[in-house]
Amino acid sequence: MSTVLVFLEAKSGVPTRISLEAFAAAAQLAASSGAQLAAAMVGSASGPGFALLGGASQIFALEHLLLEHYTADGYTAAYAQLIARVQPDYVLFPHTYEVRDFAPRLATRLGRVLISDVTGFQASAGQILFMRQLFQGKLNGHYHAASPAPCLISVQAGAFRADAPAATSVPAATFAPELEASAIRTQPGEPFRAAAQTVDLASAPLLVSVGRGIKDEANIPLVQELATALGAELAASRPICDAGWLPMERQVGSSGQTVAPKLYLAVGISGAIQHLVGMKGSQCVVAINKDENAPIFEIADYGIVGDLFEVVPALTAAVRKAKG
Amino acid sequence: MKIIVAIKQVPERDARIRIDSAGKWIALEDIEFRMNESDAYALEEALLLREAHGGEVVVLSAGPERVGQTIREALAKGADRGIHIVSDALSGYDALGVASLMAAAIRDEAADLILTGLQSDDLGLGQTGVILAELLGICHASLILKIEKSDSGIRVLRELEDGWFQHIDMSTPALLTIQSGNTKLRYATLMGIKKAKTKDLRVVEAAALGVSATPCVLLDSVALPSRQKTTQMLTGTPAEAAAKLVEKLQQEVRVL
Repeated sequence: MSTVLVFLEAKSGVPTRISLEAFAAAAQLAASSGAQLAAAMVGSASGPGFALLGGASQIFALEHLLLEHYTADGYTAAYAQLIARVQPDYVLFPHTYEVRDFAPRLATRLGRVLISDVTGFQASAGQILFMRQLFQGKLNGHYHAASPAPCLISVQAGAFRADAPAATSVPAATFAPELEASAIRTQPGEPFRAAAQTVDLASAPLLVSVGRGIKDEANIPLVQELATALGAELAASRPICDAGWLPMERQVGSSGQTVAPKLYLAVGISGAIQHLVGMKGSQCVVAINKDENAPIFEIADYGIVGDLFEVVPALTAAVRKAKG
Repeated sequence: MKIIVAIKQVPERDARIRIDSAGKWIALEDIEFRMNESDAYALEEALLLREAHGGEVVVLSAGPERVGQTIREALAKGADRGIHIVSDALSGYDALGVASLMAAAIRDEAADLILTGLQSDDLGLGQTGVILAELLGICHASLILKIEKSDSGIRVLRELEDGWFQHIDMSTPALLTIQSGNTKLRYATLMGIKKAKTKDLRVVEAAALGVSATPCVLLDSVALPSRQKTTQMLTGTPAEAAAKLVEKLQQEVRVL
């Protein structure tokens, strides 16, 4: 029987949300191809996270002193050994910063290419097509594996629905890879956070968020005025914070904050996936953009296609008038 | 320090995306091309390192003849020489194929550092650099914001998720993929543009590198995304559209 093997990441011993989404994707893929599901995670087999992988018929706890801190060399070697043991047809990962770091190396070692950042799959003419985004979400691509098993896939955050973890009666088996300290060529330091956050975007009910379309730092007051009129906090996409036009703590997206306000008003933001993952849980999304094909419109409830330098002042005036 | 910077020429960010007649890629007529954004930051980091520690910066790119223009741009910004892997059929290679071409073209250079952008703005695979490291048998780190020389090699600053960072100490040779935005990019000076014309640009035919083009992964087709939500487009003059939106914010969204 063929196998779909999914690797999960844990925080404090519990699988992360995106890992459970990858687990759900792997379960779907296994069901649609009549394969069995196997799951693997770094940690001790007695850890609580391993009891939450209901539906998997094999569970592996990857345990080694050298896996305690993430390194690309350590994870690549360990996962290659488990893949050699399990011989899966498909190997799935959550598309995290760690996976992006080591999975292409792992695929290369196996003579394969990772299909990265997958948003969905469908069976078509006897093969499985995997969807991923191109051009920052302006285009979708359909890929298939042309090489023999295994096929390696990483799954985008939010693309699959993670059900509440189900209890399992399958005990986790310890898999102790053979690793040499001398084969690990990088020494990672302790993770740290930059400055203390003074703005909590996550708790703001209304957000006006500004992107590249604003063109110049001198134009920021234009959106600040709109935010003030609405009683909203000002947020931004990455390029604005990189340029120093607004502080990093106002950044929404995968490298900034994740928000889910009642209203998210995106001004001049095209909607690259790294931004969308940080705000797509918003209750109402309004987008103002000059490009009618900007991906932000795919998730917007209301859209205005136009020049933000005309639309934003008009909107500020209309909001002030409405508020009296 | 000898540094190789792998750069990619991509359609400019605002390019209008139309699908070609075969449905396999975008129509390239009328498209302007430029240097991939995070690759431009990789080049900047390389130039800063050379200014601080001396050495040589070599730019490497693969693609059709038009890619030569992007390599010249890098030379005009200050890179010392270029290597162009020429191919009109690069889309027939997957990421492993392209990285294999690059590995074959630079293996004898024995660089101390190889830098490249985090990911391309077109395919967005974010893999070519890491694959290249594995093919060359050297260590790597991705999502790097800062590079400093240390006694035993280099110390890099890596971006993690949710505003977290980490330092990594590593030996050289090493490959780093660079995140955009940490420094200001320089412009090419008139003098730089003039000098670039006489700098060494080695042209290598992809076919001469002995790399199999048989891909592991195939892009079957591309399609414009369908909207996940029904977006109500509010039309009219800016004032009319603004008035319609305010009405929606009052009546439907109830935030005003």
